[in-house]
Amino acid sequence: MSWYVKPETPAKIPPTKALWQVCPRCKSYVAKADWKANNAICPKCSYHGRLGARERIAQLADADSFSEVFREVSYSDHLDFHDASGAYKAKIDATIAKSGEKESVVMGTATMGGIPVMLGVMDFAFMGGSLGTGTGERIARACEQAIAERRPLVICSASGGARMHEGILSLMQMAKTAAAVGRVKEAGLPYISVLTDPTTGGVSASFAMLGDINVTEPKALIGFAGRRVIENTIHQKLPPDFQSAEYLKDHGFIDKIVERRELKPFIVKMLGYFGFGKEG
Amino acid sequence: MATAKGRKTITAMDRVKLARDPKRPHIYDFIRFICSDFEELHGDRLVSDDRGLVAGFATIDDGADGVKVLVLGHHKGATVEENVSANFGMAQPDGYRKAMRLASLAEKFHLPVVTFVDTPGAYPGDTAEARGQAEAIAKSLEFFSLLRTPVVVVVTGEGGSGGALAIAVGDRILMMENAVYSVISPEGCAGILWRDGARAPEAAEALKITAADLKRLGAIDAIVPEPAGGAQKNPRAAALAVRKAVLKALAELANTPVDSLVAARYAKFRAMGNFY
Repeated sequence: MSWYVKPETPAKIPPTKALWQVCPRCKSYVAKADWKANNAICPKCSYHGRLGARERIAQLADADSFSEVFREVSYSDHLDFHDASGAYKAKIDATIAKSGEKESVVMGTATMGGIPVMLGVMDFAFMGGSLGTGTGERIARACEQAIAERRPLVICSASGGARMHEGILSLMQMAKTAAAVGRVKEAGLPYISVLTDPTTGGVSASFAMLGDINVTEPKALIGFAGRRVIENTIHQKLPPDFQSAEYLKDHGFIDKIVERRELKPFIVKMLGYFGFGKEG
Repeated sequence: MATAKGRKTITAMDRVKLARDPKRPHIYDFIRFICSDFEELHGDRLVSDDRGLVAGFATIDDGADGVKVLVLGHHKGATVEENVSANFGMAQPDGYRKAMRLASLAEKFHLPVVTFVDTPGAYPGDTAEARGQAEAIAKSLEFFSLLRTPVVVVVTGEGGSGGALAIAVGDRILMMENAVYSVISPEGCAGILWRDGARAPEAAEALKITAADLKRLGAIDAIVPEPAGGAQKNPRAAALAVRKAVLKALAELANTPVDSLVAARYAKFRAMGNFY
């Protein structure tokens, strides 16, 4: 009667957000602990998941070398902006309280492989990494400090674009940041732009695409317009790899796709070629 | 909305409609009304000649003074065929690259650049992405911030986000009275933040996109008045008002040493949104 013996049913654990990470690319379930241990990289498809600014800084800057600057620069609600879900001020104040960050980019001085750099990292978790006036101001100041102290500039972007709650002046941050990184490059300093998942809209269309070196991670989403907007414009479905890191590299806009653990050595190596190595 | 006196006030959404009016003067109208000659030049020398952005050398002439300039700007088209070939003024990366190529030529021969901004936004299509719309706009912002010749910008209709800004980095930013200039279209903003595109009028108010708003926010330098009822009522008069403002701006910039010019342009955009 063995066929009659009721098999022991495996305990059904519903995939909960607390235990499982769903890979945004291949939709595999990965245990949160494994996801974290693997540096937020999907073990199934090698998609490089999003990192918080502090995690990214810890991976790029030499131990204890990061010294944050311009923390006093935060957002501005000069339009007293309200939308259907309430006040911008309330929304962003809640983000600040929860995250401990005051803007969507964290800036500081650091060393990388012993080389003094100006390092900025955007955090997609902060208002979608949107480019507000505070973000633009931090980046412009960082560029000016990089020139004054002869530091190479490294910015890791992660953003949906300009922050519409700050209206036209958020758009102007595209011009301001593009001009500022332009001056870093004119001053004979290298600007390494790391475009991480996702970098789109007004950020890809300003400082992020202007690196002397544009580098990204596998399967990152990089583009100008949103997929749905494009599909509505051309009335066609787009291929799955559209706007991926690989697509951008194939079309000539990215110097190299680098795996996360290789990112710091790659940047240090490039700075070495440009005369900023230990022997440079 | 009626006021106590019974007169109508113009809402932000009314301005959006005026800015989009197909009868409003477009770039070729401005050229026809204010330039005594014009030679259009074509192509980015890479891929194509984008019809959504036109450029050429011209003499802006008010009968007393003639100033040789490079004119460039978005082109929405006046007929259905033109609308289609120009993508309704939504420039391709090729258009921005053509603008940079010809602005370099203007710089080389010390000619000022006058730009006319009128676009719903940069073209959002698969071809544009494949050829690097983001890179083209980014490059253009950097390029115009460093350009060593005077640049006067006129926002004549729709200043649609990054696609507008890409040719709107200059020493003097002028804006026509009923033009609008915004980080996102009111419909797009309403779709995201109100989850209903039909609430665009509310988004238009909240975003502060009129010429008066932008002047107050320090994003533009001067407002060019329009004929009563809007530029579409009298395109020629509207264009002549633009000519007057452009010639004034060019005269102010003419004797500035180029190093000071570029430094002042940087400082101008550097100060935008610096509340800290």
